[in-house]
Amino acid sequence: MKPFDYASPSTIQEATALLEQHGDDARVLAGGTDIIVQLREGLRDAEIVIDVKKIPELTALDLCNEGGLTLGASTPCCDVYETPDVAAAYPALADSAHIVGGWQIQSRASVGGNLCNSSPAADTIPSLIAHNAICLIEGPTGTREVAAQDFCTAPGRNVLESGELLVTLRLPAVSDSESSAYERFIRRNEMDIAVAGAASWIKRGDDGNIADARIALSAVAATPQFAQEASEYLVGKAPTEENFSQAGELAKNVASPIDDMRGTVEYRVNLVGVLVKRTLATALARIQGDG
Amino acid sequence: MANKRHVSTTINGEPKEFLCAPHESLLEVLRDNLGLTGSKEGCNNGNCGACTVILNGRPVDSCLVLGVEVEDAEVETVEGIADRNELHPVQECFLEGAALQCGICTPGFLVASKALLEKTPDACEHTIRYNLAGNLCRCTGYDKIVRAVQDAGKRMAESN
Ligand SMILES: Cc1cc2nc3c(=O)[nH]c(=O)nc-3n(C[C@H](O)[C@H](O)[C@H](O)COP(=O)(O)OP(=O)(O)OC[C@H]3O[C@@H](n4cnc5c(N)ncnc54)[C@H](O)[C@@H]3O)c2cc1C
Ligand code: FES
Ligand code: FES
Repeated sequence: MKPFDYASPSTIQEATALLEQHGDDARVLAGGTDIIVQLREGLRDAEIVIDVKKIPELTALDLCNEGGLTLGASTPCCDVYETPDVAAAYPALADSAHIVGGWQIQSRASVGGNLCNSSPAADTIPSLIAHNAICLIEGPTGTREVAAQDFCTAPGRNVLESGELLVTLRLPAVSDSESSAYERFIRRNEMDIAVAGAASWIKRGDDGNIADARIALSAVAATPQFAQEASEYLVGKAPTEENFSQAGELAKNVASPIDDMRGTVEYRVNLVGVLVKRTLATALARIQGDG
Repeated sequence: MANKRHVSTTINGEPKEFLCAPHESLLEVLRDNLGLTGSKEGCNNGNCGACTVILNGRPVDSCLVLGVEVEDAEVETVEGIADRNELHPVQECFLEGAALQCGICTPGFLVASKALLEKTPDACEHTIRYNLAGNLCRCTGYDKIVRAVQDAGKRMAESN
């Protein structure tokens, strides 16, 4: 690895000041499972690496009934699935966190790092979108909020401007009448990059029909996608296999995948239908208490 | 260029201090600065687990940790598994069950397996395979490793 300097600020203000001072020469370090590999392989350069894990806000994990979940950007995946009430309230996020790499990776890899690395195949991003997460960003000009579905702009790119730090992900509170699931397809049992992935969140109304739904996809476009048409289609419908299949068909409309060694375009588009239907069924089963 | 940093940490229960450049990995520090060569470098990119150590109670790939990050931390390496001359059950069972051939993956498997058994002493085959998916072995075909971990779990339960 090329030499670089290192700083471990303990406040957001110190971190953003360093980021502003060093501009593109600075790289944020959370769990390091992307950035250390990229620095070592020369895919990215840094004059200074800024370790943000000593900033209390970035490793916070707070669940409160009305306010929802406050997930510090650098909180590692293992904290998400090992915290029972968080995993129970946001099952899609726990599903995702549990399959990012292997155990050693999950001990370090953060959800915010997964989002900021902005891979089209990132496993936690569809779950953040399905749960309607809001990203809180601090920068030289103050604080701003961006919806998770608008965060990624291209492979490896996102809305963060020079000097900006992702501080927190905020997920709305959930009730007993809603649940979610994430599933990806890979050719091995574990430790692989998604050929395609889908996260689904549904909320049932008092009449038993679907009151609201959010579906999101990974690895089938340049960025993770919110499948708006498919999500809206389900509103007011009964939670039946037929309707779930139709939502899967509609979700294919936002898939514009590439052919690569992991799968062809046709294969990936077909997987979208299968995974959307399955995750909707799992979310429903979880609401009913047998997921 | 960036100066070397002075880092104070705890390794295998003993306070340790070392100097390292910010870009040196924990794996490099352990092997090259501290002479703890039990942790192995396989891939140097997080895929093989040969460099696994326990950092603050959790298994991590030490090739993906910077040496400067372990200030005030607790690190356990394969050298700390045995109790002086007494092998840990997981080590005994790897030896007895011939769960290694060339041995390069073994330190990583031992560290990860011990961490798993401390968390889930009666881990079933599925759990063992799932939690050890971040450790690669090109020789054994894994079956003997899985059996050794199950045997070690039983032995640990018996001795408690
Ligand atoms: C062996 C292996 C297997 C993997 N498997 C998977 C997998 O199955 N699924 C998957 O999705 N990913 C996988 N990954 C990729 C990686 O582990 C994840 O993307 C992880 O979540 C990144 O988090 P991190 O905390 O390690 O990020 P880091 O590497 O620390 O940072 C990632 C990027 O985000 C930036 N960044 C981090 N935090 C912030 C912040 N708060 N504000 C601004 N910028 C920030 C960094 O500068 C860097 O560019 C794998 C990686 C490895 C090495
Ligand atoms: S050497 Fe660290 S994971 Fe392979
Ligand atoms: S024994 Fe040779 S790699 Fe595992």
